[in-house]
Amino acid sequence: MEAPNLIAAVQALQPDATVRAQSDRPTLIVPAHALVALATRLRDDPALRFDLLETHTAVDWLDEDRLELLYLLTSVPLGHHLTLSVSVDRDAPVVPTLCKVYPIAEWLEREAYDMFGILYDDHPDLRRLFLEDDWVGFPLRKDYEDDFMLERPE
Amino acid sequence: MSVHVSTLQARISGESTASSPLSTEEYFVNMGPQHPSTHGVLRLVLRLDGETVREVVPVLGYIHRGIEKMGEHGNYRQFVHLVDRMDYLSALANNWAVTMVVEKAAKMETNDRIQAIRTLVCELQRIQSHQLWWGVFGMDLGAFTPFFYGLRDREQICDIFEKTIGARLTMNYIQPGGVMYDIHPDFVKDVKAFLTYFKSKMPEYDALMTENVIIQERLRGIGKLSAERAIALGATGPVLRASGVAHDLRKSEPYGLYSQVDFDVPVGTTGDCWDRYWVRMEEMRQSVRIVEQLIDNIPEGKTFLVKPAAKIKVPAGVHYSHVETARGVLGVLLVSNGKDAPYRIHCRTPNFNNLWCIGEMATGGRIGDLVATLSSIDIVVPDIDR
Repeated sequence: MEAPNLIAAVQALQPDATVRAQSDRPTLIVPAHALVALATRLRDDPALRFDLLETHTAVDWLDEDRLELLYLLTSVPLGHHLTLSVSVDRDAPVVPTLCKVYPIAEWLEREAYDMFGILYDDHPDLRRLFLEDDWVGFPLRKDYEDDFMLERPE
Repeated sequence: MSVHVSTLQARISGESTASSPLSTEEYFVNMGPQHPSTHGVLRLVLRLDGETVREVVPVLGYIHRGIEKMGEHGNYRQFVHLVDRMDYLSALANNWAVTMVVEKAAKMETNDRIQAIRTLVCELQRIQSHQLWWGVFGMDLGAFTPFFYGLRDREQICDIFEKTIGARLTMNYIQPGGVMYDIHPDFVKDVKAFLTYFKSKMPEYDALMTENVIIQERLRGIGKLSAERAIALGATGPVLRASGVAHDLRKSEPYGLYSQVDFDVPVGTTGDCWDRYWVRMEEMRQSVRIVEQLIDNIPEGKTFLVKPAAKIKVPAGVHYSHVETARGVLGVLLVSNGKDAPYRIHCRTPNFNNLWCIGEMATGGRIGDLVATLSSIDIVVPDIDR
């Protein structure tokens, strides 16, 4: 499905979804509480069939005091792509988990917890993925500091 | 609303779920991080009932180097060097993934010669990656000879790379805007000699492993993964194709010169270890076909259209590109704020997602089959940990 049709089709499912500017793939900003219901419909809708969660990660927008979660969806049978963007508060980053819709989300969300401290509500096994359990802080946040860090240039 | 965060200790000290009166007491065993069949430093915590695997808990991070964080500290040209160290057997494809997203975002132009060279070296690398996998796979199953055969033939491709690129493993060859050097004058001759040599050796590979009844008995029906589950679990590459899904970015979203060459996408039927073995063997033959079609048709042209700038400015926004490496889909997500360094760069690596399938494949099987299953996924641990 072409990008404008795709965005229209998703907005028909989720009327309050808005288009995120500055993205090379069709990207929609959706509220966190609508995520699971929308993802389920995106997966099961015969015209959309987003069956593969290609990747999920976060971006720390320190200046705007929010974390942006990006969900990159791909439809293997139909060959189109869609990105969902969810913004959460930096201090209380709680979002519902997508584990029940896309099982791979279990690991991707654990990585996002490990690196950004995002808390996934109802996640079956939320713990650190790469770092040790007693690690302090979330390294991919922009304000993270420890004794071994590289100096940032300029 | 409170979200509970668990620990590894809590995860592996759960109550026994043995249901049958014949079950013995269950226990946890650490496989790795120094186990030879875990290909590096992967740790699997196994919940066992006798020799039956009840649960696989992968523990990652033993070679986590923070490549994504390091990427935020350097410019785009420097990041190309870092990704070599992820999946070191697909270094060129990794370079290409970063190059592709930067070129697309910064609207840099290339020509057909650059794309032909990129396609050629990536296909050669797919062959050498599968050769190494084939050798190691044999060794994991208890056969030592394939390892020597695989590495012997792989050396020839490494020699070809060394002549042109100067490196054998971490190459930094494909750069935004072009390729680092032009191909060596002997490149075409050497590649043709290799193809002739390798085609004469393929029957040897088949005689040793493919037609071997012990190998077939070890692999058939082991570590099954259905097509629906493979997609749901995020598998890509030969693991997904062995389950019967013909998803190959070289066909579905052609990049480089893949749209101009003729090749097939081999798919399996049941998604067991044998199918994964067979798909990779067939992929080597298809890669030989691609190289044969391109090697006499490398167009003339420059290897950089403009003098490569040290710093590349990428317009603000979210950019994503993906390529098909020897192991699956490698995607690079680039979030730029308009400066010459990425604001955030994330790599979607094929091994990370493929390893996640091990729980589904190995649960209920035996430990010996787990080794075969793990090897049939063809994991490279630095690619998982990044």
